Amino acid sequence: MTDRTEQEPNTAGAPKDARPVKLACRNVWKLFGSNAANFIRERDGKASMADVTAAGLVGAVRAVDLEIRQGEIFIIMGLSGSGKSTLVRCMSRLVEPTHGKVEFEGNDLLKISDAALIELRRHRMGMVFQNFALLPHLNVLENIAFPLSIQGQDRATREARAREVIELVGLRGREHFYPRELSGGQQQRVGIARSLATKPEIWFLDEPFSALDPLIRREMQDELMRLQMMLHKTIVFITHDFDEAIRLADRIAIMKDGEVIQIGTPEELVVNPATDYVAEFTRDVDRAKVISARSLMRACDGSEHGGTVAPEAKISSFSASIVAANKPFAVVNGSGKPIGEVTPQAVIDLLAGIERSGAGT
Amino acid sequence: MTATASAGETRSRPVQVWLLVWAVALAAVLVVFLLQDRLPWAVNYPASAVVPVADWVSALMRWIKSNLSWLTRSITAVLGVPLDFALNLLAKNFKIGHGAEAYVLPRLSWVGVCAAAFITGHAAGGRKLSLLVGGCFLYIALFGQWTSAMLTLGLISIAVPFCIVTGLFAGIWAWRKPWAERLIVSPALDLMQTIPTFAYLIPMLLLFGNSPVSAMIATAIFATPPMVRATMLGLSRVPSEIDDFSEMAGCTARQKLWRVLLPSARPTLMVGVNQVIMLALNMVIIASMIGAGGLGYDVLLALRALKVGEAMEAGLAIVALAIALDRLSQAIAHSQAKGHVHQEVSPSLWRRYPNLTLAIAILVVTTLLGLFVPALAVVPKAITFTTAPLWKAAVNWVTINFFDTIEAFRVALILNLLNPLRAFCEGFPWLGAVFLLGLAGYQLSGLRLAVLVAALTAFCAITGLWEKTMATVYLCGISAFIACLIGIPIGLMASRSDRFEKIVTPVIDTLQVLPSFCFIIPVVMLFRVGDVTAMIATIAFAVVPAIRYTNHGIRQVPPALIEAAKVSGCTPRQTFFRVQLPLALPEIMLGVNQTILMALAMIIICAMVGTRDLGQEVFIALSKADSGRGIVAGLAIAFIGIVADRLFSAWTAKARARLG
Repeated sequence: MTDRTEQEPNTAGAPKDARPVKLACRNVWKLFGSNAANFIRERDGKASMADVTAAGLVGAVRAVDLEIRQGEIFIIMGLSGSGKSTLVRCMSRLVEPTHGKVEFEGNDLLKISDAALIELRRHRMGMVFQNFALLPHLNVLENIAFPLSIQGQDRATREARAREVIELVGLRGREHFYPRELSGGQQQRVGIARSLATKPEIWFLDEPFSALDPLIRREMQDELMRLQMMLHKTIVFITHDFDEAIRLADRIAIMKDGEVIQIGTPEELVVNPATDYVAEFTRDVDRAKVISARSLMRACDGSEHGGTVAPEAKISSFSASIVAANKPFAVVNGSGKPIGEVTPQAVIDLLAGIERSGAGT
Repeated sequence: MTATASAGETRSRPVQVWLLVWAVALAAVLVVFLLQDRLPWAVNYPASAVVPVADWVSALMRWIKSNLSWLTRSITAVLGVPLDFALNLLAKNFKIGHGAEAYVLPRLSWVGVCAAAFITGHAAGGRKLSLLVGGCFLYIALFGQWTSAMLTLGLISIAVPFCIVTGLFAGIWAWRKPWAERLIVSPALDLMQTIPTFAYLIPMLLLFGNSPVSAMIATAIFATPPMVRATMLGLSRVPSEIDDFSEMAGCTARQKLWRVLLPSARPTLMVGVNQVIMLALNMVIIASMIGAGGLGYDVLLALRALKVGEAMEAGLAIVALAIALDRLSQAIAHSQAKGHVHQEVSPSLWRRYPNLTLAIAILVVTTLLGLFVPALAVVPKAITFTTAPLWKAAVNWVTINFFDTIEAFRVALILNLLNPLRAFCEGFPWLGAVFLLGLAGYQLSGLRLAVLVAALTAFCAITGLWEKTMATVYLCGISAFIACLIGIPIGLMASRSDRFEKIVTPVIDTLQVLPSFCFIIPVVMLFRVGDVTAMIATIAFAVVPAIRYTNHGIRQVPPALIEAAKVSGCTPRQTFFRVQLPLALPEIMLGVNQTILMALAMIIICAMVGTRDLGQEVFIALSKADSGRGIVAGLAIAFIGIVADRLFSAWTAKARARLG
């Protein structure tokens, strides 16, 4: 808190994300209480926490603006009651937002008809739930084929597709088991397979691993990364576990009391937390695994280099070799041109948790 | 500590105020009671001012009967088709053609039905259940009750699906539309479940005549409420994530309901089905008075002729049927709740449903063989045996040897307890009762409850039934009181000893499934007819919830609290009296509430053994087919139940709120 750096993050030269926006929230509000819609409309979509409370309303989601890009893992992180589950339900319109716009590929999701919404959910959205939400009366195969059968696909087609995803999540041999005969991890594999059966473009994961034991949770996180390498879905992932967020995220949005406080890559959050609240989360994070060479580099001062690293390389990936070499490593961009260097001292300081004003100087 | 002390202070003042209010109110009522010569209108509702509700109802029923006979007749005709089929199939044989040329298709062979019972039991719950269910059917066959039992079963087999479908749709409607639940379904269910069974019979008798169809309709109406409640409960209990999932999978509203929510609620629905079956059995027995036939009719005939042995035999057959149906449906519900076990799906029907195919095959083969081998079609006289003489002998022996003791006990009970209480109750001023109950309602919940309670009580008076109402209250009250006096200590003991609980549980489970009729028979054998018989039968019937809820209430106190008490140095006695009992009190009161309602239901049926209360009024109305009189008396009984239920529920809710 007190010892965090006040410096701007050294992200100069980071490539701008050019991927198209898949899903966007524009000033999304969800208020509970009587006459909530009028309250926020009268204020033109602007209200403070105090206003909301004074009107006797509960602000589950307040003034959320965010853009989720195609193919990224976007994590919404917050403690219980921070509104993250409500926000993700606003994005899928399971919960009707009180105010604002939710844009799916530029079209306002809140304006489309019920029939169009059903079509959208059937083919382009998938969701995984914290407590799995498997249907107790269907076996694994039937559970996974269920969304397809809802669409009216015939038995052979849907079961063939179900078997494909069963293979994908490693559940072969369990097709005829019922949910209660499976362990928690296996049940969530079924949940994941079921949500993938329809080949969705955007994939909502609502605290998918929170109900699992820590070891299984880690295994499932690896599994998710493996799947994402193959499938390249746009993922909206909810969690209350910051370590999980750091491990999986391309970008993280941190929520508190219904508001998004900060959006950024794990590195940005660690290097430059927007508030003390964010800093509190990042304090115990293993920095070497989050911070990349780019954040730690300084301008070359002409000394001899012991090796080269990419700007995106995490410190932990080369910390052992740089300390052994005891020489600065050059940071080179894609074309092999050095853009700076990282000194062994800077790496040691980072590993030892010593903060100096200005990275590496 | 300081917090509890200050809370105690703030609470003690209103309590004192209420004490004062009650003292004044009681004094006022006492004055009215003492001045009854001066204020007779306040004690007994004046006959001149009686509102002739009964006549209005009678007129309405007459109108319906004369103007809507086409409707009732077509309903009878439509429902008669499946009912006749079921009765012919199970009990009566199919007769095609008329007179001497009639060709008879046989009913299902008893051997086949018994075998099917064994197989069903095996499929639902393994060998133990198979022996129990099959044994019950075999018992019925060997004790010569086969045809009657199958008539009863046939009626149930048509009434139950009807109840399930109606209940399911009503439950779905109530779950979808909260206003419908609040304004229509909930009040209707309350009324349906508190109106005594007898009262259903009268309008049915009037509209549909003395026939199995009217018995079936009465049964269906009586047995539907638990299915409605189970549907509402099951749907509202489906986890919200499953609801969300169905939305995200892109289900339409219909797909969501039928393919996701209802299947997910199946365990709760199955509990409802079990209750429907048991209620239907109970009602079919009672509906024998309007032509249901079957076991109930046998009991009725035997009781009227005071043939104790025969009544006992038919009663035991009812018990056997009840136990078989209950255990079977519970086992099925239980296996639904536990969920399925995986197995490879094989293509052929025979392999997929081996039990079903086997049962059908045996039924067909034995029935066809029955055409040639009469022993398969009709239970041969030679292998049946009757216990009637044995029961008669036993009763005779008891009467001869213990007549003096029993008689002394009976007379002492009547003279010292029942008669004085009865005199007090019947002399109780109606205005005082309306006032006191209204006051209680106001204290427990507020103006709305007060008005409701006072209005319902006043209804009993202004329809001219005050004396009979109080006769019912007295008998029901004393029975419920004694039932609690017996049941609560047993429940407490069961909660403190696992061994004792293991003994008690099967006993109360069995007591609970027995149709109310069965309780009367053994008591009548010993105490003949009268209030004492009614009281004892009612106690036996109503004691179950007192035991069950007490036991459950004590046991559900969180173990952490008991550990906390132990750690703070409570002796087992202190733990029990200072921690467990206060926390279990709301649950125990719920049991008392149930006990009162069950006692009320039973007291009414006890009209058959010569009580002089509202039940008798209904009973007489039934025999005279006087619909107005019967329905008004039935409503008065229902209102007693609703008043008691609302006051107790409000009290329990208050106690719960205080415990947090």
